[in-house]
Amino acid sequence: MKLGFLVDLNLCMGCKGCEIACKVENEVPLSSWRLRVKYIDIGTFPDTSRSFTPLRCNHCENAPCERICPVSALHYLDNGIVNVDSSRCIGCAGCMMACPYGAIYMDPESNTADKCTYCAHRIESGMMPACVVACPVEANIFGDVEDEKSYISRYITEHQGDVQVRKPEKHTNPKHYYVGGGNQTLNPLAHERIEGYGLFNNITHLDTIGDPHHSILDRFTTPIFGGHNDHLKNESFIDMPNDADESHESHEEGGHH
Amino acid sequence: MDHGTVIEATKAVVTLDVALPGIIWGWMITLNMWAKSIGTGVILVGAFLLYRHKKEEMPNLRWMMPLISFIALNVFLLFTLVDLHQPLRMVNIFLHPHWTSAITVGAWMASIFTGLVTLMLAIGALDAFPDFGRHIGIVKTLREKSALYEKVFPFVVVLALPVTMYTAIIMAEASARELWAAPAELVQMLFAAFMVGSASLILISEKWSAEARRDLTLILAISVALSFIMYMGEYFFSFKAAEVEATLAYVHSGGEYFTQFWAAMVLGYIIPFFIAMGSLKEENRTMMKFAAVTTFIGLYLAKSTWLEIPQMIPLS
Repeated sequence: MKLGFLVDLNLCMGCKGCEIACKVENEVPLSSWRLRVKYIDIGTFPDTSRSFTPLRCNHCENAPCERICPVSALHYLDNGIVNVDSSRCIGCAGCMMACPYGAIYMDPESNTADKCTYCAHRIESGMMPACVVACPVEANIFGDVEDEKSYISRYITEHQGDVQVRKPEKHTNPKHYYVGGGNQTLNPLAHERIEGYGLFNNITHLDTIGDPHHSILDRFTTPIFGGHNDHLKNESFIDMPNDADESHESHEEGGHH
Repeated sequence: MDHGTVIEATKAVVTLDVALPGIIWGWMITLNMWAKSIGTGVILVGAFLLYRHKKEEMPNLRWMMPLISFIALNVFLLFTLVDLHQPLRMVNIFLHPHWTSAITVGAWMASIFTGLVTLMLAIGALDAFPDFGRHIGIVKTLREKSALYEKVFPFVVVLALPVTMYTAIIMAEASARELWAAPAELVQMLFAAFMVGSASLILISEKWSAEARRDLTLILAISVALSFIMYMGEYFFSFKAAEVEATLAYVHSGGEYFTQFWAAMVLGYIIPFFIAMGSLKEENRTMMKFAAVTTFIGLYLAKSTWLEIPQMIPLS
């Protein structure tokens, strides 16, 4: 058995129901996401289109996060799920460095790495992942990709030629597929994050998330030098004071409309 | 963005998404790598000098070499630990090791290496200060086993190589960051060790023979030159991977990482190279000490830049 996910981007309407269901089911803390839906706009008014791309852990067959984890906190289950044992995680963030899909986050409450587990606890009880249940248009399809009679296998067969995975060149062999995706939707370098167009550009992270001063040293230095959240901001292509913001442009075309 | 800006018809723009996580591995990991380079570098360079010269020509090397290594390795281990979000669980690396991870293999090797360097330091320092702790049992025992230093040293030298380079394998396993390519990083780690290893020993070589000091100068000149060439190659000619190109295009266009990178190159590579070349013709000890200090600063800045820039690009 190899459990896999397929998202039909032609069906997804960006309601974020899956995102909310995931948050609630897994008690994902503020500022963290196991599953998120990214909005991408293409074109110039009035000829524009908007695509919605749900992004979650790809449960790779050759998972870089599993390989780099020094204590096997990230491990494979027999059904193909890449699971996390947060009680073993040492919080080295190696998995965050290794995951080509940016799917792993450091839980600010437990101080351990966490990510989508395809709701392994629900699967164990014979239930579907929370995001699948919540999707009003059945864009999320989940099942055994090794069973050719399963719905997901039949869906993949029916859409041969239009089934893609993210970053296949990484040889991670993801078990998460997209139908109706294009370069613009699946390649993070093919679209721009322009200041003023996105939400959450300048957020303040909770402790540990993306904070370069996140360690236990702070527990000693904070009383003397003050807290560090005051000056934190998301350092990204958008926020860095860099001339590149204006000159760095992608001219790639494609994607689905 | 200005209201007047026109977005090209074919251009995709992210209009709703979460924030990028920013820098995950920051200055502590930089410090970790930098300190480890010193800790292993002094052993490698020291071994080379002991192979080339009589130890009488370098009277304090026997105890100063393990002392510098010991201090640097402890800084490295401390910040490795402090950077963990669950530092007390570090013990899991030893209780539940996952051997495909370079972090695990590295932690084991670095621990054994530090243990052996500690033993060398104890023996070397006690031999250097014969009046210290004459009546203490363990001190007496260590003095009696002084020959152990020379027996352990070859193993320490051999172990210094993988301990120097394993961080490059961690970076290679961090497959999301294409800038960190294994072959290049392996060699850069080795050069870094020779750079700061020779720089460290330059600072304590006042009473050494001129030949030994000349060797140190030569090692510094060669290692900074080769490392600089590699950085230039990576910085200007990394065309093949889209993510690397995007990362470097960002740095090329200016901003703080651009400044930091070139400050690193000037301080850590260009200045030490020319001072060392000048000192090979006519020795200038003061300038060589200055070159050693700028090498330390430059290497830290270079490591910091190279560590952080690939973390700036969006992965999904």
